[in-house]
Amino acid sequence: MAKYALNINGKKIQLEAEPDTPMLWVIRDMVGLKGTKYGCGMALCGACTIHVNGQPVRSCSTTIDSIRKNDLITTIEGISENLDHIVQQAWIEEQVPQCGYCQSGQIMSAVALLKAIPNPTDDDIDTYMTGNICRCGTYNRIRKAIHRAAAMQKGK
Amino acid sequence: MKNTGNITVNRRNFLRYTSLTGTALILGISNNNTLGAAVVSNLSNATEGYNLSPFIIIEKSGKITLFNTKPEMGQGTFQSIPALIAEELELAPGQFTVVQTGGEKKFGAEQAAGGSYSVRSSYEMLRKVGASAREMLVTAASRQWDVPVSECYAEFARVFHKPSGRSLGYGELVETAAAMEAPENPRLKDPKTFRMLGKSSRRPDVPLKVSGQAVFGIDVEVPGMVYASVERCPVFGAALTDFDASHALKVTGVEQVVPVERVFGNYKTTGVAVVASSYWAALKGRKALRVKWDYRGNEQFNSADYNQYLRDLALNEGITDVSTGDFDTAFAGGQSQVEAFYETPFVAHATMEPMNCTAHWKEGNQLEIWASTQVPSDIINEIPGMFGLGADDVTLHTCFNGGGFGRRLAIDFVIEAVNLSKAIKKPVKLIWTREDDMQMGPYRPPTFSAMKGALSSDGKLAAFQHKVIAPTILSFLVPQQDKTKVDETMVEGISHQAYEIPNMKNSFVYADCPAPLLWWRSVTSSTLAFAHECFLDEMAHKAGKDPLNFRMEMLTKESDTRRVLQKLREVSNWDAPLPEGKGRGIAQWDFFAGLAGEVVEVTRLSDNSVKIDKVYVVIDLGTVVNPDNVKAQMEGAVVMGITAAVKKGITFANGRTEQSNYHDSPVLRITESPEVVVHILAEGGSTIKGVGEPGLPPVAPALANAIFHATGIRLRKMPFDLDDLRG
Repeated sequence: MAKYALNINGKKIQLEAEPDTPMLWVIRDMVGLKGTKYGCGMALCGACTIHVNGQPVRSCSTTIDSIRKNDLITTIEGISENLDHIVQQAWIEEQVPQCGYCQSGQIMSAVALLKAIPNPTDDDIDTYMTGNICRCGTYNRIRKAIHRAAAMQKGK
Repeated sequence: MKNTGNITVNRRNFLRYTSLTGTALILGISNNNTLGAAVVSNLSNATEGYNLSPFIIIEKSGKITLFNTKPEMGQGTFQSIPALIAEELELAPGQFTVVQTGGEKKFGAEQAAGGSYSVRSSYEMLRKVGASAREMLVTAASRQWDVPVSECYAEFARVFHKPSGRSLGYGELVETAAAMEAPENPRLKDPKTFRMLGKSSRRPDVPLKVSGQAVFGIDVEVPGMVYASVERCPVFGAALTDFDASHALKVTGVEQVVPVERVFGNYKTTGVAVVASSYWAALKGRKALRVKWDYRGNEQFNSADYNQYLRDLALNEGITDVSTGDFDTAFAGGQSQVEAFYETPFVAHATMEPMNCTAHWKEGNQLEIWASTQVPSDIINEIPGMFGLGADDVTLHTCFNGGGFGRRLAIDFVIEAVNLSKAIKKPVKLIWTREDDMQMGPYRPPTFSAMKGALSSDGKLAAFQHKVIAPTILSFLVPQQDKTKVDETMVEGISHQAYEIPNMKNSFVYADCPAPLLWWRSVTSSTLAFAHECFLDEMAHKAGKDPLNFRMEMLTKESDTRRVLQKLREVSNWDAPLPEGKGRGIAQWDFFAGLAGEVVEVTRLSDNSVKIDKVYVVIDLGTVVNPDNVKAQMEGAVVMGITAAVKKGITFANGRTEQSNYHDSPVLRITESPEVVVHILAEGGSTIKGVGEPGLPPVAPALANAIFHATGIRLRKMPFDLDDLRG
């Protein structure tokens, strides 16, 4: 066990954990933020996607020990106060989720995509989002919602 | 007050859902559970001792709660089921809260989501419940104002008096309404006046799912909870002989190691559970286990031998499913005889949320369960008997399902968690890893199909045979399956398509299987439609006819199928020639879940590869509740159907599943998702067909038929590789 100080969604959190504990389980079970999901444990499905310093990261394959002192961690709970992130708004407009289990990860990837590429093409979307699996098959709506969010962002 | 009949109410149980202190109007149906016989009763004034199923609770504060008996797994029941009540009750979407039921008997015996049956089975009944409440509230207002009922109407949770314009909220009327009796035959709204039903509506679970707030089974947390991971034998049907927990117990956080039984119908296996204060510790502890299994010869099971076993069985006559005319004579004497053999694989459900369950066996033999489940009723009906408990001793919390697809119709993972909690006397969350989920089954069964057909002299289908060779789901669920009769599930649809075929003899050959099997989205239609609709294309080609025309020639009478195919011709522009290098294929399927037809368009990339461009779906519904949700279900079914057609399924070697995660058992990704155009046939009226499953069966055959059109390659085995069609 070792002591760690993490910055998650702007809050400083102190905790003790085994160094090899994946951030996925730290976030879910130790910090209590359940929005980040377990899907595969092997960085194949993207359900566990969080941001570290704004970059999308698969938390199932990121140990707590690998987090550096000043890293800023963002989870789905931290991207907005009141569901008012543009990506969340677009997701609601397009009624994207079905079962919804993969959607936290999808949204985290999409948020990072739109920060990096404000006007993504379909190819850009493919490249950025291909790591996020949706078994319910909401892909076409994900694509539409990303385009919509890009347009909303532009309009602001 | 008139006699409300022999129904008993247990107020304590109602109040569990709300913090009711004063009077509330509580409406439900008496526990008959047959569609026609549903009787709406007002039980607000009922004293302790009545049973009922309350779907609506209206509090004096104005708060309205509607109950959803059909688990939400992405198919939209969280919106569509309460909407049936809300429409008649004149509520707007934001004016009520939805609560998911937990199998409590008072809500009836059909708390289950599957078979594309949720909306169809609830439509009339729940509208009646809502209409009844509306009428009572309107009458209550008319009495409070002392005006004729005819001058009052309900709208958006208020009752208005037309001449004077005054109004009262439902909360202000509940005390008067609660003293009244429920009308026996409330007037149902004219569908032309619907505000919600039939219109694309926002689903109230969507905001929860985009904010990370939605609670799935895997997210549940209860005080004092421990975590568990179970080491189960990878060889199907093996037995646990011994285990050494000493190393596992040394892992920080591991508390105990106990054997635990998983029960899937007749298939029972014991594994070794590592219980720990954190899930990560449980996983690490499990890796440190030393376990001995007795494979009992089951390590011989492998796909190559199993597929050959099914092929060999095809030589059997089989049991006749349906026979019309005289197939043997007509086939023997027919022209252009075609015989073809089709093969399909086992596939996994692969829900994004792997199996898991939280169970708490408490002091005094009380049991509390939290689960992502499609079958709350089964849990409440079966668990008490299994564990020697009374029905009231078990409380279930039904969570949002992170995917169902039929996997969560089974309660094996629930029984396993209950067994574990009972052994350790603590609340425990038992999570299956993705590997566990993929390797332990149950799976969708494969079906092999021996097809035979012959044409008449004018190129019509004169003789047709679909012989199905398959293991059965029921063999795992019933003690002794009667193998002298056809298993209806395993031949579904093949003898009941609308095609007019003068001589048809379909049959079934039983196969055994050591790996457990279960219903998968669209069940056996997901494989049978592939053989059936591809073979019809083979016959069409033999006759030198357009595949759609060939089908229409067998649909001379008016039918839903004919309507669907006509619409498909229209929306896909079937008769317009495609540009060079493109191909299109068609398929339709009519079965227990509903009816849909599809056209797939592909582009030929080389003489051995294609890409999918577009899929047209026409679904026959009759009546539609949420059109946008129907479109979403079709889009999803197409993606799932393509995955099953072109991605590696489940195979076996040395008695165990070869695949373990999404790298060797892939599912479609966003890069492979084609454009999907959906057309809903909704003539209105009393017919309602299902939505969740019908979009799936036509995908594989329409795709294979399109590939034949584009490349001349006839595919008879699923999965096939779009980048290497000849394999």
